[in-house]
Formats: sequence, structure tokens, C-alpha cells
Amino acid sequence: MRHKKTIRWLVGFLLLLHLAALLAGFLAPYSPTTQEREFPYAAPTRIHFVDGSGHFHLRPFVYGVEQSSSDSQISADHLANVHSLRFMVPGERYPVAGWWKSNLHLFGVDAPGKLFLLGTDGYGRDQFSRLWFGSQISLVTPLVATVISLGMGVTLGAMAGFWGGWVDELIMRMAELFVAIPWLYLLFAVRAALPLSISPVGAFLLLVTVIGTVGWARPARLIRSVVLTTRQQDFVLAARAAGATSGSILWQHILPQTWGVVVTQAAILIPQYLLAEVTLSFLGIGVPEPTPSWGNMAGSVQQYSILTSYWWMLIPVIVIIPVMYVYDRLAAALHEPVKSSA
Amino acid sequence: MRKLRLSFLLYVLAGAVAQGFALPPIVHATPEELLITHNSVGRRGGRVVVSQHAEAKTLNPVLAVDRPSREVLGVLNADLIHINRLTHQTESALAKSWKVSRDGKQYTLQLRRGIRFSDGEPFDSQDVTFSFQVYLDEKSNSSQRDLLMIEGKPIAVAALGPYAVRVTLPQPYAAGDRLFDGIAMLPRHLLEQGYREGKLGQAWPLTVTPAQIAGLGPFRVKKYTPGQQIALERNPHYWKADSKGNRLPYLDELVFLVLANEDAEAPRFEAGDTDILSPVGAKLFEVLGKDASQGSRLQDAGPGLEYNFLLFNMNDDVAGRLPEIAREQKWFKDLAFREAVSQATNREDVVRLVYLARGTALASHVTPGNRAWMDSRLQPRPASTEHARKVLASAGYGWSSEGLLHDPAGQMVEFSILVSSSNQQRTHMANLIQEDLKKLGMQVSVVPLEFRSFVQRVMQTHNYEIAVMGFASGDTDPNGEMNFWLSSGSNHLWNLGQKKPATDWEAEIDVLMQKQLTARDPKARKKLYDRVQQIVAEQLPIVVIASPHILVGSKLKLKNFEPAILAPYALHNVEELFW
Repeated sequence: MRHKKTIRWLVGFLLLLHLAALLAGFLAPYSPTTQEREFPYAAPTRIHFVDGSGHFHLRPFVYGVEQSSSDSQISADHLANVHSLRFMVPGERYPVAGWWKSNLHLFGVDAPGKLFLLGTDGYGRDQFSRLWFGSQISLVTPLVATVISLGMGVTLGAMAGFWGGWVDELIMRMAELFVAIPWLYLLFAVRAALPLSISPVGAFLLLVTVIGTVGWARPARLIRSVVLTTRQQDFVLAARAAGATSGSILWQHILPQTWGVVVTQAAILIPQYLLAEVTLSFLGIGVPEPTPSWGNMAGSVQQYSILTSYWWMLIPVIVIIPVMYVYDRLAAALHEPVKSSA
Repeated sequence: MRKLRLSFLLYVLAGAVAQGFALPPIVHATPEELLITHNSVGRRGGRVVVSQHAEAKTLNPVLAVDRPSREVLGVLNADLIHINRLTHQTESALAKSWKVSRDGKQYTLQLRRGIRFSDGEPFDSQDVTFSFQVYLDEKSNSSQRDLLMIEGKPIAVAALGPYAVRVTLPQPYAAGDRLFDGIAMLPRHLLEQGYREGKLGQAWPLTVTPAQIAGLGPFRVKKYTPGQQIALERNPHYWKADSKGNRLPYLDELVFLVLANEDAEAPRFEAGDTDILSPVGAKLFEVLGKDASQGSRLQDAGPGLEYNFLLFNMNDDVAGRLPEIAREQKWFKDLAFREAVSQATNREDVVRLVYLARGTALASHVTPGNRAWMDSRLQPRPASTEHARKVLASAGYGWSSEGLLHDPAGQMVEFSILVSSSNQQRTHMANLIQEDLKKLGMQVSVVPLEFRSFVQRVMQTHNYEIAVMGFASGDTDPNGEMNFWLSSGSNHLWNLGQKKPATDWEAEIDVLMQKQLTARDPKARKKLYDRVQQIVAEQLPIVVIASPHILVGSKLKLKNFEPAILAPYALHNVEELFW
């Protein structure tokens, strides 16, 4: 009972996170690619309720930013320049889930004020906005890749387990081959074979396809073992005796038994693939600039000067941790009944 | 000559005896003609550790082409005439003086007498003729051969005596004395046999034992630790002395430490493991500058010679082979298109964001660091999207309802900018330019590519559209860039392999560059090269963007440290450095 509650909480958190990623344009005050070149590496903007003279403001506000003499940093809050924080403000247009466009943003500040909640990068792009837009790539890639992996894994695993013989031999040898493939080098090779310039959508599809295709083997082996056990059970034998076809036995009686494995595998694969996307983009073979992903955003902290000077550039790395933790807990919670029944 | 050999034999024997039996050293029969330096007099001892981004590939000066090898070889060897890295003028080195014939074809060099290689063997004109023979021999595969060929013909070197050589050029060559800079003189006694047997290519790998290698530089090989470092020790026979007669170098040891990149170098420098950081990127320069109080100093030597530019692929050989690129070349070959790209590129932003204001926006490929040759009439214009749009519109380009640019034939303008992924600054630059060009409605993607693949595409396959590149000549003189500007040049990157000039303005550049090559009057040369700069600025085969300053770091206690804008920036006077 307790672990069911835990699962509900964890799934709820993940649903909320994915919904927020879907609404990235609404939550982000700016476009992820807009370069505010006057403000490179600007520190996170502080939100105030009390101004310099001690007056309390009901509506939160930010101070205006200005360039310092060094040209590379912005100075501390400028007292004469107060800009109120407003909700549901119009701004740059953004697509919602790819088919509908809006210009309404959850919050923003009066022009010419700037609100960089998590600071800016070296191009003056708002890190907060990029983080939300980046989550669309970083959260959706593992989901789609997992669907591909599990789709192939269930289909091939079930075929191998149900029919056995040469079908089983062939599929399992293929699975061994896929387990042995170094996927990073495979991706390098596929990328090298593709045209030089690849659109962000193309890069996304490539990532998803390669990661998803390479990962089918492990779930397939598990599904095969479940199918192998199930097909010998009485209710399956009874169905066969009653004249049910192979297809209907597989579909109606055996596959439902694999559901627990599929869900647990999904909870294990998704964070693995999330990390894969981050790693690949970090190495520069994922989604190309200027489209953000958590991986390519984290890539900039490879530079010693950025790592030691601008702590907010580490935020894309930090946000990965709770997401990974939640997926990990979810996988453990889903696996618990299997463990206890064993 | 015989007398010299005999005296040398005596000296060697006497030296051995002296070491074994502690007898007083015997004075060399030929007095040494040392070069006296005029920097601050220092004191002997200590070691300096310098970091390198990669391990040197060889210690053979004939074969070395990579930067780490050249850095190490620079302190192991010496040249006849040297370009002073601070004044940019030539000065005597192993040749104490030289004369040029009236027709400018013959250089007669007088060598320093009594000087010796680092193994104690004497240096004379036979070593000089041998060195040039090796460099000019096609079988040696030496990269120096190109430098010593003028109009496809080799220079001729003949000994006029033990301490004099005559160098004959196939045609008059302006600033011919600069040809000798960086040409390391080789020890005939160690390399001749290998050369005659065709084994020169195997000589002096990194694993060479110190006894088998010698040079005329301030240091000699001590110990090589694979993958980690090369330790050099003081050359006791070096031919320079300070104003008080103390033989240079002051340092006992110089170590080249291999550290993968700038991000690995920085913490080691801050921890005190290395003493010199050269060159440093602008961002790291800022970060390390904050810690300067901890015994280190960061120096901005000013604008360097490096110019970064956008290269348009106008190579004719892509027709039929790469149809997609051939189709796009109608844009790149259109001056209005190139002008629009140049107008829209915000050079000031590049300087501010990429170089953190430690750089210069450029209007010409000759940077402000090269004061002698820069045409100061050419000034960078501020970026103007509006003007760029007008230029495009007047050339027949138009925009879709979504603001995307199409050419006069209705084809959408969409291309990629290639950049070397190992160069963070150029990648940053490419991303800024991408955004600038987006304002013109151009759909641009930036493609960072591993360095070797990048070079292969630009130099060999020509499978690219636009590339961000950088060039840094080793000398201020324009002769060093002949290969880039001549239409037949091996580095004429925008359209390689031309049998005859593809355009009138390239033909004009050819004529101007050839004329300045032979003109003896410096003013006439300057005028000719000014015209080349103007043509390049008008025709824009490359869109020059910006030049970074030369930034270096060193320990505060290291004296006589004077960074230069010519490579090697920090080690050009390594013999004078002291603690």
C-alpha cells in the first residue's frame, strides 16, 4: 500500500514535469535562442519586495541591469531602475506542442527590465528559458527512445519465447550482437554518414532512433523468459486446447503477463536514455546549437574559466539529479512487488 | 680547416682528461665570437616548466610540422639570421653579418667563429651547406623546402671558406634575409651518414638518446618521458652571453609538460606546477588575472597577427561532383551576397563576447599588430542589417512572408558554417554570426567538426559551404602569405588549384604580389601590398572578422619575460630568462 502511494507521488511529479516541458514557451519569459548580447554571463536576477529606501512593494520587482566597464559582466542592481514583475504578459511567440502558437508568458518584467532567473550564458541567452525548452528535448528523447526499445523488445522477445526453435536462436543471437555494439561509436558512424548540416528535428530523430534501436536487446531477453514460462502454464494450455489461435493466445493470454516487466523496464530505461542524450549533446553530437538541451547546455562547463566563474552555468547539470533520482525510485518501487513475490 | 679539426681534437681530449683528472680546461684555439645580449643581467640556475597541448611528434627539424615539435625544436636549434620577435627586424644570429649584392640575388654571410654544437663539436660552413642540401632535397620531405623555393626554383648555397657562405637566389627577393629565420642549422657530423643512406627520416625521434642529438640552441635534450614531458638542460656551449660576459642561458633546465588543453593547463598553472602559459584564451586570462596576486602575472602583448575570417567555398572543382554545393556557389560567387554577409556580421560583438574586449575588429587581413604593413585607411564598418538587406534587395534577393531570404531564382538561402570543434573561440564566433545572418533571413546552421575532418573538407574534398577559419603568419612580411594570395597558391583556400586566375581581381592580386616580392624599395612594396588589401576588402573572398590579442601568463619572479606577438610568444628569448 505504502509503495503504491510512493509510486503515485513519483508518477505525479514526472507527469507534472513533462507537462511543464510541454508548456515550456509559456513558462519561459524569453525565446531560448534570443541573444541579449549586452548581458553575457549575467548573474541570476534577484527579485525584490523591499526597495533601497526600505519601502515594501506588494508587487515583486527587479532592478534594471546595466553593463559594467569591463564590458563582459553586468553590474549590481541599479537603484534608480525598478521594473515590476507581471504575470500573464505578452512576449515572443512560441509554438505549443508544435501546432499552436501563442505569445502569452506566465511572467515577465516591464521593458526595458530583464528577468534572468537563472542568469545568462556567454551569448546573453536566458538560462531559465533555455532550461525549459531544453527539457523538451531532454525529457522527450528518452520517452520516445524507450517506446522504440520496448516496442522492439516486446515484439522480438515474445516471438523468440513463444515460437522457440530457429526463431528464438536467430533473435537471441541478434540480441547478443546488439548488446555488444558500442552505441556511442555507432552514433558517431551514423552521424558521419549523414549530411554535414542536420536540422534540430533531424538530430532529435537520429538520437531517438539510435538510442532506442540499440537498447531493445535487454528487454527482449526478459520478455522472452516471461513468455517461455507463461506459455507452459495451465491457462495457456487450456486456451490452446480450446482451439485458440497462436496470435490470440499471445495477445490475450501471454503478453498481459509481461506488463510488469515492461513497466519496470521503462522506469529503468528512461533515465538511462536521459543520461545518454545528455552525454551525447555534451559531447557535441546531440542536438546542435542554438537549440537547447540539458546536455549541450551542460557542455559549456567543460571550460575551466566558465566552471570557476559562473556557478549558474552548472544548473543544467544540477536539474538532472532530481529527475534521475525520481526515475530511480520509481523503478525500485515498481520492482518491489516482483522482489517480494520472488 | 685541418688546423681547426686538430685543435678541436685536442680540445675534446683535453676536456676528457680535465673531467677525469681535474686538470685546468684548455682554451679553444679559435676564439668564440659570442653574441652579446643587452637585456638585464641575470643569475644562473633554476628551471622553467612550460605546458604544451600535445606531445611533440619528433625532434627532427627536417620533418617537424606540428606546433609542439616546433616549439621544442625552437629552443634546441638556431638559425643564421633571426627575426627579433619584439622589433620584427632581422638581426644576426649564427651569421654575425651579411651583405646583399646590388642585384639583390646574392647574400654573403659571415659565420660566427669558434662556436660549437651542444655536443661540443664545432660549427662551420660545411654544416650550413649540409643543412640547406637536406632541406632542399625533395627526398627529405621537408616543409622548409617550400620556403626556400622562389618561383619554383631552389636557392643555392655555397661555402666560401670555413666561416663564410654565399646564398644565391634565383631572382631578386625582397626581404630575402627573412628567409633564414627558423631554418635550423643541422650538425653534419651526426646526420650526414643517415642522410646519405636515406635514413634521415628515422633520425631523432623523441626516444633519441641525448648523446645522439645536438643543436645550436640554448638547450639540449636531457630526458623524455613518453606522454608526459620532455626535459631539456642548459647547452654549455651556447653562443650568446650577457653584457657582463656570462654565457647564456641562465636556466639550468627547461621542461615541456604535456597537458591536454587550456582547461587542464589552468589549474596546474594556478597550483604552481607550470611557470609559463602561452598563449591563453581571453576567458581564462580574465579568470587567472583575478589570482594574479598569487605570484603570477597575466600579460596582454597586444594585437597579434592572427586574423579570423569567413571563407566562402568558391572552388570550381565541385561542379558535377557536389551538385548541392555547386548550386549554392552562385550565392558565394555573388559579391552582393558576400558584402551583405560582411555588413551583417557584428565584429564588435565578436570582440566583446568572444575575446572579452581583448581583440580587434578587422577591416583587412593585416591586423593592427602588423603596424608596418597595415593599411590604416581600411577601417571596420559597424554592422548594419539594414544596409545588408538593401544590398541583397538590389541584387534581386527577396524575402518570404515568414521573413526567410530567397535568391533571385526563388531558392531559399540555407547553408552551414563549418568550424573546428576544438577551437572554442571560433565556435562561439560562428554561433554569433549565425544569429547575425538570421536577421537577414538566412537559414544558417553551425557545424562543429573535429579538426582533421575540418581541414580535409576545406583543403581536399571542398565539401563545405562557408567555414570559419583563422590564420596567423609567423612573420609580419607579406611574403609569408604568398601561397594564400596567389591564385595558383597551395593555400588559396577559396578556390584552390587554379591554372589561371579565375577572376580579374585575382589576376591583379597575382601581379601585385609578384611585384612586391621582387621590389627592393620598402615604400614601393608597402604601396603594392596596400592595393592587395584594398582589393581583398572590396572583393571579399574572405570576410575578415577579428583578431585576438596575444595573452600570456607567467610567474612574477621570472625575469626578462617579454611576450611578443610573433610566435614563439613567450620563449623567444628563453636564454635570457632567469629567476
